[in-house]
Amino acid sequence: MAFAYFPHTPDDIRRMLQRSGVSSIDDLYSDVPEKFRFRQEYDLPDAMSEMEVRRYFEELDRADTRLTVFCGAGAYDHYTPSAVGYIVSRSEFLTAYTPYQAEISQGTLRYIFEFQSMMCELTGLDCANASMYDGATSAAEVLLMCVASSKKRKKVLVSSTLLPNVIDVVRTYASYHGVESGTVAAIDGVTSRDSLEAMLAAGDVAGVLVPGINRYGIIEDLSGFADAAHSAGALLAVYSDPSSLAVLKTPGEWGADIACGDAQSLGIPLSFGGPYVGFLACRKDLMRKLPGRIVGATADMDGKRSFVLTLQAREQHIRREKATSNICSNQSLMALFVTVYLSLMGPDGLKKVNDLSYGGAHYLHDRLLATGKFSEVFDRPFLKEFVLNTSLDPEKLQQALLDAGFFAALVTEEGYVSFCVTERRTREEIDAMLDVIRLLG
Amino acid sequence: MKYYDKLIFELSCEGRCGYTLPDADWAQTSDSIPDGLKRSAAPGLPQVSEPEVVRHYTNLSDMNFGVDTGFYPLGSCTMKYNPKINEEIAGMPGFKGIHPLQPRSTVRGVMKLYGDLSSALCAITGMAGFTLNPFAGAHGELTGLMIMRRYHICRGDMKRTRVIVPDSAHGTNPASAAVCGLDVVQVNSLPDGTIDVDHLKTLLDDTVAGIMMTNPNTLGLFETRIEEIADLVHGCGGLLYYDGANMNPLLGVVRPGDMGFDIMHLNLHKTFSTPHGGGGPGAGPVGVAEHLLPYLPLPRIDGEKPDECAGRVSGFMGNFGVLMKAYAYILMLGRQNIRMAGPLATLNANYIKESLKDCYRLPIDKVCKHEFVFDGLADKSTGVTTLDVAKRLLDYGFHAPTVYFPLLFHQSIMIEPTETESRETLDAFIEVMRKIAEEAAADPDMVRSAPHNTSVRRPDETAAARHPVLKYRDLA
Repeated sequence: MAFAYFPHTPDDIRRMLQRSGVSSIDDLYSDVPEKFRFRQEYDLPDAMSEMEVRRYFEELDRADTRLTVFCGAGAYDHYTPSAVGYIVSRSEFLTAYTPYQAEISQGTLRYIFEFQSMMCELTGLDCANASMYDGATSAAEVLLMCVASSKKRKKVLVSSTLLPNVIDVVRTYASYHGVESGTVAAIDGVTSRDSLEAMLAAGDVAGVLVPGINRYGIIEDLSGFADAAHSAGALLAVYSDPSSLAVLKTPGEWGADIACGDAQSLGIPLSFGGPYVGFLACRKDLMRKLPGRIVGATADMDGKRSFVLTLQAREQHIRREKATSNICSNQSLMALFVTVYLSLMGPDGLKKVNDLSYGGAHYLHDRLLATGKFSEVFDRPFLKEFVLNTSLDPEKLQQALLDAGFFAALVTEEGYVSFCVTERRTREEIDAMLDVIRLLG
Repeated sequence: MKYYDKLIFELSCEGRCGYTLPDADWAQTSDSIPDGLKRSAAPGLPQVSEPEVVRHYTNLSDMNFGVDTGFYPLGSCTMKYNPKINEEIAGMPGFKGIHPLQPRSTVRGVMKLYGDLSSALCAITGMAGFTLNPFAGAHGELTGLMIMRRYHICRGDMKRTRVIVPDSAHGTNPASAAVCGLDVVQVNSLPDGTIDVDHLKTLLDDTVAGIMMTNPNTLGLFETRIEEIADLVHGCGGLLYYDGANMNPLLGVVRPGDMGFDIMHLNLHKTFSTPHGGGGPGAGPVGVAEHLLPYLPLPRIDGEKPDECAGRVSGFMGNFGVLMKAYAYILMLGRQNIRMAGPLATLNANYIKESLKDCYRLPIDKVCKHEFVFDGLADKSTGVTTLDVAKRLLDYGFHAPTVYFPLLFHQSIMIEPTETESRETLDAFIEVMRKIAEEAAADPDMVRSAPHNTSVRRPDETAAARHPVLKYRDLA
């Protein structure tokens, strides 16, 4: 039976076996002990046609509830301009491998160079790599990078105001890597500098990770953090929402050595958590400690400007167990996604995304307080995301909103309810959700 | 290939834009943020109109080569055809709009996919359960090694900190072990490329956490003594890890779980046809045998949080978009077509090997699996290297094979054709490889200065590393 993706006819197989010097397909596996040959029927569905496959996924789609998203917590419902998806679906980008052969990969190499450049512009740092898997793993790699840079120190500090899943991934990596991870306490919703300074005093900390915008949506004031870290011989890394960096003080301006985070907020669809793309940028003197691929500019035999994978002496295929990281495949196509997004948005578009998100979020925030069912937890500056206390049962509130078609009022570990508004949310949607909330008692 | 030399920054013009957004009628904007929290100047992002952006990236794409462009025999990378329906499915608007923290009651379809895909992977591999969270092969290796370590730690067996890795292994194996805090011990290969079991025996003791194996190995050879190796490693209390990078030839023929492997990862972007995207996103699901199910990381498909679990390795539940594409492919394969996937990949590799072994040096002349390795040209007198052959192939419209890996030979050319290539395509490749061997003898300088027809020619990698220019602002 012919199959659409396998071009072999019975005659092809016969002729190819003959050339290969074996008498049957089975003989190609004569070196496999018979007891390991799987002769039973696979417990898989019958082969489907495209139409049947489509039907399967359409049924899955119907089994999911369509919701209007008022939730962030590390995944943001920003708008994707049409041109982005169009470019990213071009098969020359989509079906290429890692750009090992520079001569026929200048497209990939150039957009990675552009991505690195844009991440440097947003973070205010000197160099960036070609991408990481996601924000949480970028944070884990940053702390391994800090430990490797310090040589002797095997301790890192993470702020308790970072997103919970980021802290969990950092802790997981650290524990297996033999690195102690301490938690910096929060006071009034923000990382406590006093607590940090006390923990740094022993002089055994390699690096500190703090958020730009934290798990409560608060924009943290990182004044003095870099000095505190540096005077104790530690590096400072800031976990940032890159979309917000169109307006917020950059990790570079705060004096940080490293920035990392998830660039999903740059127009990548929610897609149940992936594919997203992590980013990692740093000061020039840490360049050779960066994990993963890096693209650099050079010239070819004829003097033409060209781009290549560079500083590969850091990487696993060269250094094996001495590499800066084990990362090989990253999220290259999503780096292209972000690069095209930022090319279209430019500085003004990205600023406007922040303006619309800020305006909508503050409108919702103020209207929620006005219902009398919510109160401030922290009266601190926020951008598009915030937490409140509620006199309602938080779980029932979330369920009532789900029933009305809204994913909102995410209940945090502390029992607060969290909301997020992006430029995609309209006044009508916000008012409709407020109408539901006003009726709850 | 035509040469296009612009960077998007070089198209920028103050005051241009490529976006449209609705007008704000909110009372406040981000200007209300206190000055001390704001950046001092706008980021230097390009300002370009939409038509210019689209044309720029279309021009860049013209300097790229994908599976849809032509034959891509890159060894150990399994560059098979990426079916187009997979892309349509992953692009369905409903799936794109799902927030990863939505309660499970609102994502019944998504969770059914996680369940169905992990069941299918169990059926295909003979493992008992999978996590779909790891983002790529190396991430799967790391996750699998965390499971291995956690297993020993939970048993109070704290001294098992060494992991055995063959000298022919992919570089990610030792690198993943190091990130996981394990010490790497190298086991030698025999001249035929398989593991030296006598050497292995000398390495086994109660400090061994396990062994990482690629079977077939990176020479494309099946480890025929796998049963003995499994018994030895299990006998000393270690676990067997299967690197799924080379799973493709076993698809439909052999299940790693049946060979005694306790933990494995799959590269869905290799074996299950999801596109590589110029280096990701991939997916590296990790499967385990029954006794290791509690160690699978969070968040888990079953929603449980066992004390033994290895921790959290990803922000959410992996590259969902990639998982959908892989399952669409598995549904198309079904129980029937999967039977021929591995065998046709193996047939294609042997066909090329037998057709070229008179003009390229074949160090191990055996039936191979999905890939095999030549050690450069048979005629060593021409001075033409593997790199030259690879570059000359680009002139003829083929992607180069993997070169200078594995490290067991000086001039490795590692060729993996995959099952989706026709006999005619293989014949065309064989003809060009033979022609290059002739050119190497007749006009070696021409081959040594290849490629001649690409958009750029042998960019200077040494200069790039010596004087790193890593962003637009640093260009002279």
